Formats: sequence, structure tokens, C-alpha cells
Amino acid sequence: MFALVKVKQAACGAGRQGFSVRSLRRLRAFSTAPPSSEHGEEGNDVYDIVISGGGMVGTAMACSLGSDPNLQGRKILLLEAGPKKEMDKVPEVYSTRVSSISPGSASLLSGLGAWDHIVKLRCKPYQKMQVWDACSDALITFDKENLQDEMAYVVENDVIVAALTKQLQTLSDQVEVQYRTKVVQYTWPRPFQVAESIPWVQVSLANGRTLQTKLLIGADGPNSMVRRKAGIPTVKWNYDQSAVVAVLHLSEPTENNVAWQRFLPTGPIAMLPLSNTESSLVWSTSHHHAEELLQKDEESFVDAINNAFWSNENQSDLVEAAGSLFRHALSVLMPSGSSTRQLPPSVAAIGPKSRVMFPLGMGHASEYIRHRVALIGDAAHRVHPLAGQGANLGFGDVACLTQVLSQAAFNGKDLGEMQHLLEYETERQRHNLPMITAIDLMKRLYSSNAAPLVLLRTFGLQATNALPPLKEQIIAYASK
Amino acid sequence: MFCKKSVGLSFLFMKSRLKWPVHVIKYQTNQCQCAAMKRSHSSWTGHKHHTHPESRTRGVRLVSHSTLDPAEVRKFQVLANKWWDIQGEFAPLHSMNELRVPFIRDNLLTVHGGGEMGRPLTGLRILDVGCGGGLLTEPLGRMGAEVLGVDPVEVSVRTAELHSSLDPALRERVRYRACTLEDLTEEEENEEAFDAIVASEVVEHLADLDTFVHCCYRILKPGGSVFITTISRTQLSYMLGIVMAEQVLRIVPRGTHEWDKFITPVELETLLESSGMIVQSVRGMLYNPLTRCWSWQQSTSVNYALHAIKQKEEPPHQAAAED
Repeated sequence: MFALVKVKQAACGAGRQGFSVRSLRRLRAFSTAPPSSEHGEEGNDVYDIVISGGGMVGTAMACSLGSDPNLQGRKILLLEAGPKKEMDKVPEVYSTRVSSISPGSASLLSGLGAWDHIVKLRCKPYQKMQVWDACSDALITFDKENLQDEMAYVVENDVIVAALTKQLQTLSDQVEVQYRTKVVQYTWPRPFQVAESIPWVQVSLANGRTLQTKLLIGADGPNSMVRRKAGIPTVKWNYDQSAVVAVLHLSEPTENNVAWQRFLPTGPIAMLPLSNTESSLVWSTSHHHAEELLQKDEESFVDAINNAFWSNENQSDLVEAAGSLFRHALSVLMPSGSSTRQLPPSVAAIGPKSRVMFPLGMGHASEYIRHRVALIGDAAHRVHPLAGQGANLGFGDVACLTQVLSQAAFNGKDLGEMQHLLEYETERQRHNLPMITAIDLMKRLYSSNAAPLVLLRTFGLQATNALPPLKEQIIAYASK
Repeated sequence: MFCKKSVGLSFLFMKSRLKWPVHVIKYQTNQCQCAAMKRSHSSWTGHKHHTHPESRTRGVRLVSHSTLDPAEVRKFQVLANKWWDIQGEFAPLHSMNELRVPFIRDNLLTVHGGGEMGRPLTGLRILDVGCGGGLLTEPLGRMGAEVLGVDPVEVSVRTAELHSSLDPALRERVRYRACTLEDLTEEEENEEAFDAIVASEVVEHLADLDTFVHCCYRILKPGGSVFITTISRTQLSYMLGIVMAEQVLRIVPRGTHEWDKFITPVELETLLESSGMIVQSVRGMLYNPLTRCWSWQQSTSVNYALHAIKQKEEPPHQAAAED
């Protein structure tokens, strides 16, 4: 019987012809083959888990699965289209692509052993965040009770990938990695075993090899091929916005432990600390304005940034009067609730050739899982950078999926079964959807300078700022 | 209670002792074929009343390993659909794994200590009696145990074999045989050969439990474990297991269970202990047909799971079990 099945697999693997009369004849011919040929070469190509996409989230997933005790001895493979990204020493210039890493994500990374590498390479913690409105004086500050605790860390994406890659090397007997490997086709199995089909997901690679896996994890980014090929419907739209990113040199060294974000009617502009003298800019604005910013010479670009953080041109007297009245009323009711406004550092120059722009959008896969498929990170959800949550949502997926698979393995389950994958989907959608919705609403609320909306958000921001318990809730939610 | 046809298919391993009328056995085999027809033909009602059940039965029985008839292969594969459709007819057995797999694993880990990382049951030999399509055999194999699944219904065993042979992780750990527990007991190499015997949803169908228990005793290693899940014989189990499950909700085909054959935990415990197997734990199980999930409960008045260990010294009443 074993021989039968092996041969059938071979027949299906070659032409995927199903159970034709021809293959049955072959089958009969081979079924008396000696046992030694039963465990042929292609049997080694059945993996327990294949992760498609070796970015931050995919590599973290590989590390996380590889170091889980219950998944010891499972065959795990990471496929990455790009080259291996190693980094012994950080480059002098900062990268423009950075992520804000919440304490929750940091503890996941330190559990994987990658956080030490990140700290050795380069990262910058910040203790406080100030968000304010260009159309009024409304502001909100977030900080941890004592400034000892970090609110979050700003880490270059390249550093995160390099640290995880380094950690993954130590797991080489647990996780196989193939760099510079492109997938050309996925073939999905039926929901349960049917005569003519191989029960696993088949992954055809550009190099001609075909793999089989019990579970395919799609970590292949916002344009996920896994998601598209699986036909998973996605809710998505483009914000009429692009983000301009750059490395900023401050005019004088400061402690630089505050993340700044100001909502302009064209979109939010944010400055995240990189070091005592450098910060990272993420300026979301209209496509047209972004083009303009990219064309500007360095000096007028710097002026535009400073102006965006400091200018009061968008404020109207009415809103300002109403806002200050409301703030006054709040300070009478809750004397401890108000915060003093701090002023962001001024920018002196930008890093050479560091200006880049990219379009922004949001997307959310209505399903994170299918039979033998799971999506994680940007493949499942893409958010506006205004809350700095993109990477954190992805790392949250990694933690949750690892836990679910670990339990499934401990219970002797087939790792690709829907039953436990559904647990992952439910738990993550319960966390991700409110976050994604809130970010989308924030973006919309602040994309206007109409007086009623400005008033609404002014009151809302001030009221929130005056309620420490509410702020703590927000911080706790965003820190996961 | 709601364990459905699987049980119907798998309980016949004691047939030689049961002295049941032959037509019962035929009916069982034939029943699976009807089910197979259901999938392969759009209308299956026409096949409901086979005029030649015997010829079909014989066809199945004649199948041997090396000379596979394509039509028969096809039949096994269609059957595989049924056993392994987790939403399908065997759904209650699939979801019972949520309880019985951890029950077996945790008790074995308590007895034998922690095994290898990732494969906690490595090094243990387990016999799955009445394995059916291998629903419980596979998880045990994946946890590292070397498992032998036996079932007298050859089609079920072939289905189980086909299913697990596709998974390289199971190929070396899981084996199946179409035979009875008694056949195994008669083979000398099986004397005290297993660390554990699993009989899930099986014993409620037996006529001669004494022999079953005696066979278990013989092939278990001293200190080995027996795991049994079954239905108790109470008024409640009659209401739920027969009236509700078979007649009202029709989760289980009519006639799957006979209430008289059900056994209470106390009776089972007495029987096991008289054969030298000490009961370690008995836990009640409850099936919720709405959520299609099992949960543990205090009461053992309907379904229950039991774990017993074979004593290391000679049993006091071995003669009684000789039958």
C-alpha cells in the first residue's frame, strides 16, 4: 500500500494528471517494488511548515517556530526572494525605513533572542509621544508613569531583519532557509482528502523544484501572492496620500526621547528619534505635494519640515477660542490632567539622498486562514503609518500563530487543520480590526480643516488627554 | 453516544468470539459501501437496498496488498473522504480528539515521564484497537509513539493506511492491520509487547468483555496502560445516546448502539481490577451537538474516559479471566 501511494504521488507530482488509467497501470507495475524504493527522494519534500516571505515578520515567524519546544523535529522552511541580509556592523547612515517597536513586540523579539542583536546594532528608545493638531492648540501626550519605562523603540527595518537572520542561523537544524528563491505557483489541496489529489499545498519554485507543505504561512507583504492565489477577499483602498521619508539632522543635540506627530490638513507629519542628533521623518501628504517635496532642494525641504511642525497658519480664531475655553473648563475639573506643550527640535539638514516617497493605503484580508494556509503581517493587514503599528500588528500575529501551532503539535494534530487555525484568525482579528478601524478613522478625521470636524477632534483630543485612565488604556492597547 | 458509524465499522474485531449472525457483519461492510456510493453518484437512494450484498462483501474481502484492483482503490479513496472529512459524518469523533488525545498523552507522560521535545510519546508502543480510519491513531503517531492500529473491517484499515502513508512523519511510526485483538494475542511476539492499549468507543459494542480485558492484559507490558472511552448504562445515556442521538437528532444511524451492551464505570472498573489492572482515573465527557464540541464533566453517567494500569506483579484472579 505504501508503494502504491508513493507511486501515485510521483505520478501526480509529475503531471498532476489525477488517477488516470495510465497512472494506475504504472502503479500496478511499481507496487511490487522492493521496500527500499518506497521512501524515495520526493518524500523529503513534504514540509510541515513553509513560510513564504523572509521580511521582518516572516523571519520572526521562522525564528519563533524554530525555537518552540513542541515543534522540535518538524520540517520548517523559509522562502525569501531576496538575498540573505547580514549585518556585522551598522552602516554609518541611517536607513529611512524604520519601525516603531512596542514593548510587546520587543519582548517577543527578546524571547527569540534577536533583541540582544538589535540593541548591539542600533535602536533608539523613546519615553514620550506628543501628538497635536495644526488647526488648533489641542494636543495629547502619552508617556509612561515614570520615564524609566520605554514607550517604544525606533529601529531600522534592516536592523530587525539582520538581527532575526543572525538568530535564525543558530536554528539551522530546525529551520531550513532558501534565499533568492521565487515562488511561481501555489496549488491548493481540497478541504479534505480526495482521491486524485495530493493532500498538501504544493509550492512550485522558479528553479523548477516543487515542494509540498502541510501548512503554508504567507508573510509576503501587502501584495501577497499567497493571498491572491488563495483567492482570499481583501477590503482595501488607497489613501490619496504618499509618505515622504527622510533622515533628519537636528540643529543641536538633545536628549531626543520624544516621538512627535502633528496632524496637518494634508496628512500627519511625524518625527521619530534615531539618535541624539538624528531623527526619522514620515510625512504623509497628497501625492502632488509629496512630488513637490521630493523636487525641492535640500534647504527648502528642511524649511518645509520646520514650517510644518511650527506654523500656525491653519488655525482659525473661532476654533482656538473654543478650544482654549474647553481646555480651561477641563483644567478646572481635572487639574492634574493637562500637559504642558513641548516644542519639537528644529531640523538643520537632511541625510544625503535619503528622501524617498511611497504611496499609502489600507487593506485587510477578510480571512486570515484557509485550509492549510495562514496569512501574517502585511499580507493580512496593511495600515497607515500614523500610529506606528504596522510592524507591531505583524509581530502580534507571529506570537499568536506560534502559540496556536505549538499547542496543535503538542496535541498531535495535523498542523494545517482549520480547527486550530481558526483560533488564530479569531484572536488576531479581534485585536487587529479595532486597531485598523481606529487608525483609518483617525486618518479621516484629521484630513479635514472644516470647523465642525476640527472642533470635534479638538474636544476629543483634549478630553482624552485629560483622562489618564483612558490614555493608559490606549497605551496598553498599542503596546501589545 | 454520538460516536456514529465509525464505531459501527470498528467494533467487529471480536467477531470470532461474539458469535454474531453473519449477516450483521455483512450489513456493516455493506453500509460503508452505501456511503461510498453516496459520494460517487448523485443519487444514492437507488443503491440503498442492495440485492447482492454478499458479492460486494466478498469483493472487498478478496483485496490483497499487491494486486490492487483499480475499482477497489477508488472505493478506498472515496471512503477516505468520509473518514477524514472533519465536518462530515465522523465530526464527533474528530472533535473527541480534543479530549481523548490530551487524556492519553498526559496520563502516559505521568506514567513514563517526559519524552523527547516535540514528540512526547517517543519510545512508546501503542495498540489502537478498533482504529477505523485512523482518526486517533495518527495523532498518537505524530506525538512520536509507534502505533499499531487494528480493525477487522478491511476497508477502514486500507483507508487509514492510505491516509497516513501520505504523511512522511507517520510512515515509519504508524502501521495498520486488518485483524482482531484476538488474532494479535495469539501471536507470540505480541506477548507483553505494548506500553498502552487504546480502545476508544469500542467496548460498548462487545458481547464478551471478559475476553477483551484478558487479551489486553496479555499483550500489555507490566506497568502498561489501558485507555477506554465508552458510554455508561444509565437512564440518561438511554435518553441521550439512543433516543436523542439515534431517533430525534439522527446524529447516529439507528441501531448503532444497543443500550444493554453499555457498561457502567463501576462494572468496567471491577472487571479490569479482577484481571489485575488498576484503574487510575475515570472522567465524564459531554458532547454538545450545537457547538459540536466535547468537554470534560464531573458526571460519568453518559460518556466517560478511563485509564487503568496493568500491575507489575501477577494478578490475583487470573484464573477467572481465562474464560
